[in-house]
Amino acid sequence: MLLEYLQNYLSILIFLVIAIGLGFAFIIVNFICAPSHPDSEKLSPYECGFEPFSDSRMKFDVRFYLVAILFIIFDLEVAFLFPWAVTLSKIGALGFWSMMIFLSVLTVGFIYEWKSGALDWE
Amino acid sequence: MKDYISFLIYDLLKILAILVPVLIAVSMIVWVDRRVWGAVQLRKGPNVVGPFGLLQTIADALKYIFKEIIIPVRANKVIFILAPVVTMSLALVAWAVIPFSEKLVLADINVGVLYIFAVSSLGVYGIIMAGWSSNSKYPFLGALRSAAQMVSYEVSIGFVIINVLLCAGSLNLVTIVNAQKHVWYAIPLLPMFVVYFISALAETNRPPFDLPEAEAELVAGYQTEYSGMMYALFWLGEYANILLLCGLGSVLFLGGWLPPFDVYPLNAVPAPIWLILKILFLFFLFAMVKAIVPRYRYDQLMRLGWKVFLPFSLFWVILTSAFLYFFNLLPNTL
Amino acid sequence: MVHALIFYVFSAIAILSAIMVISSKNTVHSVFFLILAFISVASLFIMIGAEFIGMILLIVYVGAVAVLFLFVVMMLEGNFKNVKHGFLQYLPFGAFIGAVVLFEIVIIIGAWKYKPNLIRVSSIPYNVSTTNTQSLGKLIYTDYILAFQLSGLILLVAMIGAILLTFNKRSDLKRQDIATQSSRERNDSIYLTDPESGKGVKVND
Repeated sequence: MLLEYLQNYLSILIFLVIAIGLGFAFIIVNFICAPSHPDSEKLSPYECGFEPFSDSRMKFDVRFYLVAILFIIFDLEVAFLFPWAVTLSKIGALGFWSMMIFLSVLTVGFIYEWKSGALDWE
Repeated sequence: MKDYISFLIYDLLKILAILVPVLIAVSMIVWVDRRVWGAVQLRKGPNVVGPFGLLQTIADALKYIFKEIIIPVRANKVIFILAPVVTMSLALVAWAVIPFSEKLVLADINVGVLYIFAVSSLGVYGIIMAGWSSNSKYPFLGALRSAAQMVSYEVSIGFVIINVLLCAGSLNLVTIVNAQKHVWYAIPLLPMFVVYFISALAETNRPPFDLPEAEAELVAGYQTEYSGMMYALFWLGEYANILLLCGLGSVLFLGGWLPPFDVYPLNAVPAPIWLILKILFLFFLFAMVKAIVPRYRYDQLMRLGWKVFLPFSLFWVILTSAFLYFFNLLPNTL
Repeated sequence: MVHALIFYVFSAIAILSAIMVISSKNTVHSVFFLILAFISVASLFIMIGAEFIGMILLIVYVGAVAVLFLFVVMMLEGNFKNVKHGFLQYLPFGAFIGAVVLFEIVIIIGAWKYKPNLIRVSSIPYNVSTTNTQSLGKLIYTDYILAFQLSGLILLVAMIGAILLTFNKRSDLKRQDIATQSSRERNDSIYLTDPESGKGVKVND
C-alpha cells in the first residue's frame, strides 16, 4: 500500500475525478431530458436585436495585461513568504532581516508603480 | 491489491460524506441568501416549495434539467462545455483538505493552505474559458473584468494567509486550527480578518463586487450565452466557492471546529457542528453585505485592491513578523 | 504499482499536451494545453514528494503566468493568422536550440547513470518529520541569501520594466482624486453675494 503522504493525494485525485464526472453527468442528464429546437436566431450570439457588427474578440486595454504582470510579481513575492513564515523561528536574525531587505526592495518597486500611476484604473 | 480495494471503498465513502453535505448545503444557502435578502427588503422571499420554502433551490435545479441547451453557432464547443464543469469541480475539490474535526479530513496534506490557494487561483480559468469560448461581446468583457478582479484580490488574500502562517507556523490546516486553542486568530489579527472577508467577496464576484455580471452593463457577464444545466453548474460552483471561502475563513480565523470556550456545555457539542455554525455565520454576513451595500465602480474596486488592501496587508505581515520575532513568540513547530 | 501507473498517466498527459501546444492551430487552445501540461507536471512533482514545488507550480505558473499568456494571446488574436508563416526561415535556428537542449538532457541523464549515488543523495525523502516547505525555508533565506536577494532585484526590474514598456499615462482623462475630493470645503466652492441690479456678479474662474 502507498505511503500515507501519497494516500492523501490519491484521495484528492479520486475526488477530482468524481467531481468532474458529476459535472458531466449533470450536463448529460440535461441533454437527455431537455427539448432541442434550435433555430438560427436562438443560436446567434447575444446582441440587442441586430447581427454583431464585428468579431466579438476585440482588442482590449493594455491595462489588463499590466495587472496580470503585476499579479505575477506579487504572487512570487507571496510564494517566497510561505516557507519563510513557517520557519521564521529557526532561521534567526539573518533570515528575518534578509526577508525585510527583500520586501523593502519590492516596496521600492511598489512605490514606483504607485507614483507612475500604473495602479490607477481610468 | 486487496488493501487498494478497501482503501478505494473507504475513500469513496469519505468523498460522498463531503460531497453530499456540500451539495445540500449549497442548495440551503441559496435559500438562506434569498431569505435574508428578502427580509432586509421587507419581503418574504421564497416560501412556497416545501416547509418555509426550503426546497425552492431543489425545485429550481430540477427545472434546469428540463431547459433547452443552447450552444451558440460561433462558440468553441468543447471549451464552452468544459467551462462550467471546470468551475464546479474546482470549487468542490478544494473541500478535500478542509478539516471538520481533528480526524475528519479527507486529505490531511502538509501544504493544505497552498492547496486551497492553488485551487482557488485556478478558478479564474472557468470564467476565462466561458467568456472566450462564447464568442460574444458581453461574456468576453465580463470574463476579462472578472479575471482582473480575481487576480487583484488574490494577492491580498495571499498576504493575509501569510499573517496566519506566521502565528501558526504550519501550512497544515489541522495544525493551524489546533494552534488556535487559546485564542482565535480573528482577535489578534482582526484587521486581517476584515481584509480577508472583503477580499473573499471580491474573489467570488459577490455583490458589492459583482462587476463581471453587473446586470445593467454586461447582461449576465460571462454566463450570458449559457442555459440549462450548464448555467446551473456555474451557479453551483459559485456558491460552493463562497462556502469554501467561508470555510477557509473559519479555519484560519475562527478556530475551525473548536468551541468558543473550552467549558462543559460548549465542548460537548460535536466538532463539525461548530465548523458548520461558523461557516453559516460568515455566510450570513455575505448575505447581509449583498443586501445592504451598493455596487462598486470598477476603478474603485481596483483601487481598493491594489492601493488599500495590498499595502495594508503587506505592512501587517511586517508588523506581525516583527512583533512575533522580537518578543520571541514564534511558534516552535520543527 | 498503482503509483507507477498514475505517474505514467500524468507523464503521458504532460507530453501529449506539450505536443498539442506546438501543433494546435488555435493559439488560445495552445495556451490551454500549456496549462494542462503545467498541471500534470505539478502532479508529477507531488508524486515524487516535492509537494511544495508542485503547489507553487500550480499557484505561480498556472494561476498567474498562464493568465498573462492568455491575456496576451487574446489581445493579439488577429495577428496570429500567419503564425506558421516563417516556419522554414526559423527552422535552422529552432533546430540549433533543440539540439543544445537535447545535448544538455543527455549530459544530465549521463550524470545520473555514471554517478549512481547521486540519485540516492538528491531524491526527496517522504515521511520525514520536517516537511519540504520547512527544509526549503531553512535554506533559502540564510544559506542562499545572495540568490534570494538577486531574485528580489529581478522582480524589481520586471516590475519597473513592465510599467515602462506597456504603460503610458493618458492626459486626456479626468481622474478621481479622493484626497482633494474629501478635503474640499464649502468656502472653496461657494460664496454668497448680493449683486446690485444691472451690475451682475463678478465671476472668477
